[in-house]
Amino acid sequence: MIQGIPIQCFLIVSTIMFFIGICGFIIRHNLITILMSVELILNSVNINFLVFNKYLFPHQLQGHFFAMIVVAIAASEAAVAIALFINMYRKFNNIEVENINEMKY
Amino acid sequence: MIDYTYTVWIPLIPLFMFLILGLLGMKMKGSLAGIIGSSGLFITTVLSYITAYLYFFKTGEVDGTYQTITAFNTEWLNFTDTLRIHMGVMLDPISVMMLVVVSTVSLMIHIYSLGYMKGEKGFQRFYAFLSFFTFSMLGLVIATNIFQMYIGFELVGISSYILIGFYYEKPPAVAASKKAFIVTRFADLGFLIGILIISFYTKTFDFDKLISSDGSIFSGMNTASFMGVSAITWALLLIFMGCAGKSAMFPFHIWLPDAMEGPTPVSALIHAATMVVAGVYLVARMFIVFHFQVPGALIVVAYIGAFTSLIAAIVACTQFDIKRILAYSTLSQIGYMMLALGVSGYGGEEGVGYMASMFHLFTHAMFKALLFLIAGSVIHAVHTNDLREMGNLRKYMPVTFITFVVALLAISGIPPFSGFWSKDEILAAALEHNKLIFYSSVFVAGLTAFYMSRLFFSVFFGKKPHYEHKPQESPLTMTIPLMFLAAVSIFAGFIPFSRFVTTDGKAFETTLNYMIAVPSVLIALIGIGIAYFLYFKESNVPDKISSSLGIFYKTALNKFYFDEMWLFVTKKIIFNLISNPIAWFDRHIVDGAMNGVAWVIEKSSYKIKGLQSGQLQQYAFVFISGSVILVLCFIYWLN
Repeated sequence: MIQGIPIQCFLIVSTIMFFIGICGFIIRHNLITILMSVELILNSVNINFLVFNKYLFPHQLQGHFFAMIVVAIAASEAAVAIALFINMYRKFNNIEVENINEMKY
Repeated sequence: MIDYTYTVWIPLIPLFMFLILGLLGMKMKGSLAGIIGSSGLFITTVLSYITAYLYFFKTGEVDGTYQTITAFNTEWLNFTDTLRIHMGVMLDPISVMMLVVVSTVSLMIHIYSLGYMKGEKGFQRFYAFLSFFTFSMLGLVIATNIFQMYIGFELVGISSYILIGFYYEKPPAVAASKKAFIVTRFADLGFLIGILIISFYTKTFDFDKLISSDGSIFSGMNTASFMGVSAITWALLLIFMGCAGKSAMFPFHIWLPDAMEGPTPVSALIHAATMVVAGVYLVARMFIVFHFQVPGALIVVAYIGAFTSLIAAIVACTQFDIKRILAYSTLSQIGYMMLALGVSGYGGEEGVGYMASMFHLFTHAMFKALLFLIAGSVIHAVHTNDLREMGNLRKYMPVTFITFVVALLAISGIPPFSGFWSKDEILAAALEHNKLIFYSSVFVAGLTAFYMSRLFFSVFFGKKPHYEHKPQESPLTMTIPLMFLAAVSIFAGFIPFSRFVTTDGKAFETTLNYMIAVPSVLIALIGIGIAYFLYFKESNVPDKISSSLGIFYKTALNKFYFDEMWLFVTKKIIFNLISNPIAWFDRHIVDGAMNGVAWVIEKSSYKIKGLQSGQLQQYAFVFISGSVILVLCFIYWLN
């Protein structure tokens, strides 16, 4: 419970972050910015975890732990993703997402 | 009582030989494959002889009547309570006799082929299918029910197809094998329908119930009728159609002469001695049903047999291919067997036709196999089938020559050779029941003696053509079967057949009727005499006679144009009026509907496949809009 700040404020911030992330994921061309958008989405979820934990179950730690797991997953995902990007760059000489359409019909 | 269960091995050993030679044959040398096949068949032959001995002399006869023994019967297919198909071994006089015939002839031909087929490509394949054929034929002979018989018919049909087409690189062989298969298959269709009609009314396939009952199971079939003819008549006539196809009776006789494109041992085994008598055997097997239920069908059998035997004998006088002459001779002799069955009565002396038919089947199998093997031996020596290119071979091939003399006298019906005794019984039976058939068969007996002597004198005497290689006597593997079969042909006539094979299983005595025997021998001698006069020395008298006969000779030379008639019926009438419209319907309506469905699906899938663009962001967009719509649904509708 944080004095003077209602839960809605946090939720509004996280929602805005989430949709910024979605928006970035859909409209950006550069894979690195897409990856950054994914991180934004994950972090908005993290905020929700922490806020709900803090406001609804202040004496428990599940939310915190989940947030930490998400951070860890996000970090490893970023590592793998960037390795993939480097390989793609070697192959296509750019990292535009439109060029990665080998898996169509 | 002796346990006859071992008889299942009689057909099974050739089957195993087929599997062994078929699967491993290519890995072994040809001669080894031949020896394996022959020794397997030797075991089968020994088992058949043991069975025949035990059956005829030890246990078969109870109170003076030969019993029908079901040695083995197992359920093979169980569809419903009434529709069950069994496989088994049934022993009665005719099946035991056939076991002996089939295994003996088959063994002789296995041995003969060791020499005749030596060095041929596909030697192992040849032996594998010979074994397969023997298996099928034995399975047919011992059938306990009519469906097993049908399976046997089909199996011998397919093995005959394979063996006629053994030289599958030669177009005539391929055409002949196709022709044989299609004609016999078409006739078997009638057989199948006949079986279905019979079993529909009687609820059984078993010969046991069909032939030993008092006929009450057929009562339903006598009342039911179709197109004014009772169901049982239809059934039996359709079954006879199957027999006519297999036994090459008119009008299905056209396939047999063409089947001579196969290797000569195959002609001897399948198209002379064993498979072609399957039809006769089936009529004999169903004889009681024919006789007591539909005597009219038997008259049809008799007339078709007599007619076939007459036209085949006439055609045989004009042909030049030695194997074709023998093929027409086979047709003619099988016609004899059929007509003997057709004129036969039931019980004791009345059943002499039935006995004579089986007797003739036995003796004919031996001397006709012998004749074909001799023809093979001659062809082996001079490398041609054409009568006009042979002559004066007696000095080069003494064994072949002497065995041919035996076979000639046997088939012409000169006493004491085997053909005389069986033919005499047939003529006796014919005289008793139908004068017309009797006179035609006496005439055929004369023709038989004539065309066989014509063949004999042209091959072994007559002109002295120039041979590129000096003809030599065949190797021992080929001459031993010749000598064996010749010995059987001499002595088989003395077997008292009426003691063993009769309609009701009871023995009766036959006496030689001189009123029949003397004229038939005389007419045979006249036939031989005419042939001697025409063909012993090279002369142009035969050509003069044939040109003076003009149109009649030409018709006979062209086999009475039966092939052309069949072609006219099939190509002009059936193909144009039935097959072509059906083909059009199939191509345009049935296939059209299917193609239309396929076309619609193909076009729509081209449209749909654009959705899978490979663009990650499109997927994400669709996914997210979907989730948003779902969320909105949950929030606003489902509450």
